[in-house]
Amino acid sequence: MTTIDTHPDDSVAAASAGGATVPSFFTAAGDWATTTDHKKIGRLSTGFGMLVLLAAAIVALLLDVERLGDPGAFIDTGAQLQLIQMYRIGLVVGGIAPLALGLAVAVVPLQLGARQIAFPRVALTGFYAWLGGTALVMVSLGLNGGAGGGDADMVDLFLTGLGLAILGLCATAGSLGTTILTTRAPGMTMRRMPVFAWSSLIGAIATLLVLPVLFGVLVYLYVDHRLGSQANFMGVEGIGAWIGWAFTVPTVIVFAIPAVGFAAEQFSVAFKTRQPMRGVLFAGIALIGVTAYAGATQQFVHDVTFDTSGETFIRGAAPFVLFSGLPLLGVTVVLLLALVNAKDGARNNPSVRAPFVFGVLGLLLVGAGIAANFVEGITDLELVDPATNTATSFEEGATLLVVYGAALALLGGLVYWAPKLWGRLLADKQVLPLALLGALGTVLAGAPLIVAGFLDQIGGYPASQAEVDRIMTVADDADIWITLSLVGQGIMVLTLLAFAGLLLKPSDGREVDANPYGGQTVEWGTPSPAPDHNYDHVATVASAEPLFAARTADTADTDTAADTEGSAQ
Amino acid sequence: MSAGPATVALPPAAPPAPRRQVLMGTALGCVAGTMLIGGMLAVWVLFRERVVDAGERFPLDYIIHEVATNVMLITLWALCLFAQWAVYAGNRGDRAHTALALGVTGIFALAYINAQAFVYAQMEVEIADEYYGALFYAMTGTMLAVVAIGLVYTVVAAFHSLSGRLRQTEVLSGLALYWYWTAAAYSAVWFVVYVTK
Repeated sequence: MTTIDTHPDDSVAAASAGGATVPSFFTAAGDWATTTDHKKIGRLSTGFGMLVLLAAAIVALLLDVERLGDPGAFIDTGAQLQLIQMYRIGLVVGGIAPLALGLAVAVVPLQLGARQIAFPRVALTGFYAWLGGTALVMVSLGLNGGAGGGDADMVDLFLTGLGLAILGLCATAGSLGTTILTTRAPGMTMRRMPVFAWSSLIGAIATLLVLPVLFGVLVYLYVDHRLGSQANFMGVEGIGAWIGWAFTVPTVIVFAIPAVGFAAEQFSVAFKTRQPMRGVLFAGIALIGVTAYAGATQQFVHDVTFDTSGETFIRGAAPFVLFSGLPLLGVTVVLLLALVNAKDGARNNPSVRAPFVFGVLGLLLVGAGIAANFVEGITDLELVDPATNTATSFEEGATLLVVYGAALALLGGLVYWAPKLWGRLLADKQVLPLALLGALGTVLAGAPLIVAGFLDQIGGYPASQAEVDRIMTVADDADIWITLSLVGQGIMVLTLLAFAGLLLKPSDGREVDANPYGGQTVEWGTPSPAPDHNYDHVATVASAEPLFAARTADTADTDTAADTEGSAQ
Repeated sequence: MSAGPATVALPPAAPPAPRRQVLMGTALGCVAGTMLIGGMLAVWVLFRERVVDAGERFPLDYIIHEVATNVMLITLWALCLFAQWAVYAGNRGDRAHTALALGVTGIFALAYINAQAFVYAQMEVEIADEYYGALFYAMTGTMLAVVAIGLVYTVVAAFHSLSGRLRQTEVLSGLALYWYWTAAAYSAVWFVVYVTK
């Protein structure tokens, strides 16, 4: 226990004292605003993250409408530069990053058998910093700021807001990482932790490796733009070139790692099996984390030439394999182990529920996005011009597959853990169509842009109005693909709206089972919803799947000792 | 609907082990800080390379006062000794020595800030200088912020340790780790910014 933690007993006492009265609106608002309950902090983060993601999808929809019409007919030409940035930043820093970190903050301490998150006030401050920073970014963009913006003060505000949002995300990631490394229940070794918790740890560390690099660049840009000569970084028009790498593949893959972990965990739940080759699965997820270095070092294209000396070949091939190949290998390992899991559990009367469907579809889409990132790195395909570093829409398509695919899996996470977080069970018949709709929307939004990339449709994060004009000009024969992407964005908007509606719908008041999905990890041993302090008594964990082991012990007394003591010690 | 029993009683745990959250949180912060400083130095080296490749000197118009910058380096590594001394004294329950060690740590941090201000005053770098000014102030200013954060951390650790929790040295250990990392980070900055120029 540290000096800045709330003592668990205080939480218990507060919960007990507050249980007898109905709080007023202001009391409840104050409670939420100053909460140290990780579940509430996580819900705040996921809620606002979904909101910004929805806004980004709407902006993308409007931009596609404008792109298909006459220039300036639907959206004023002068506003397009800022709108594209709203869309790209909203998609990544505003959307998928808080969604992934928020779900992890809400769920991971429960999964670890912990009564609290480490540094809860740091996590809450991180949320506020992200929220305030994102709001400043959007306001500055609305007032002619951002990369290439015309108002110098708003450009400075944009850089400040983005820096603040990044600091917030780093604070949250630091709190999450510390939690996973220090607050696991007794007996829960690193290999015994749930797959989602492991992927959250990898995601948190990858976040801490990537975002500080962006923050350092922002410091340079701010000093240069506000006080300097603007000679080094080319003033406002250089900003986009210096920060654009953070809002595209491979960097965005960092925020998809928890989604991959959630999907992998769902296979064991649905097929009622123990996770086979757990160490290999963990290694596969960690390999995806290598993408953090690809983002930080901005390795986008690679000259791999066979027709040359050995040293030149190695110089080209090594970064390509390292930065593009390893993440692809990682997601391939996860997919293969999922198939092994399914094969092992095929006779167990598999329980295909909504979270599983969300997870599987999300995993496939993220995998497709990572594969696209691999392809983009091949210079001969000319999907990125190494001379001008101008990207085609292939990059945007790959980014959308990763971001929307991860969002889909994370929505599945919200469905799965809704009993613990909200005390309600979302009906499969209501959310399953949304999973299918979301997958359709993701494919339609991303895949056509990948095809359009081969038709030389320009994309990327714009640095100036000239680049915006190129992005907004539809290449020959690309109309149909842009139209399909527009339809996909519209479907994603509908999916997100419908999902938010389901979550906000008042509960019918029915009690929910503690473990309605047959989960295997310790959080399913608590009542639904989980109490403020998570656990009255911290359990000893002697297996990677403790509830699976406990159920096995209930149904057959054989091998109980082996289950509870576990071979993964 | 339910695939399992309503609740499953797992065996109660033994008392949890010490968690060392502050130390681990500090370590993760140092990882992030390494990427921050490393990334900024990489940008610095990129611009330096461009200038040098163009046949110019980097920096062109300024003389770096190496004595002051060397003293800053020695100050930070010496500071680590005192931070570690605070951990040692705290473990022994020696309140007077812990207070003295933390006090000297804070003074050394202030000395670093003072020396940096001296370097600024002596070099008289114009921030709006064509290519060097913004780079120089952004890089050294970030390092200054790192030391300032360490100073705040030292004050917090002093309040924590001297207010009755002397033997709970986790915060002091975290503080020592932070200063070790700061010294290492400044060593890199010193070499790139002040030595290789």
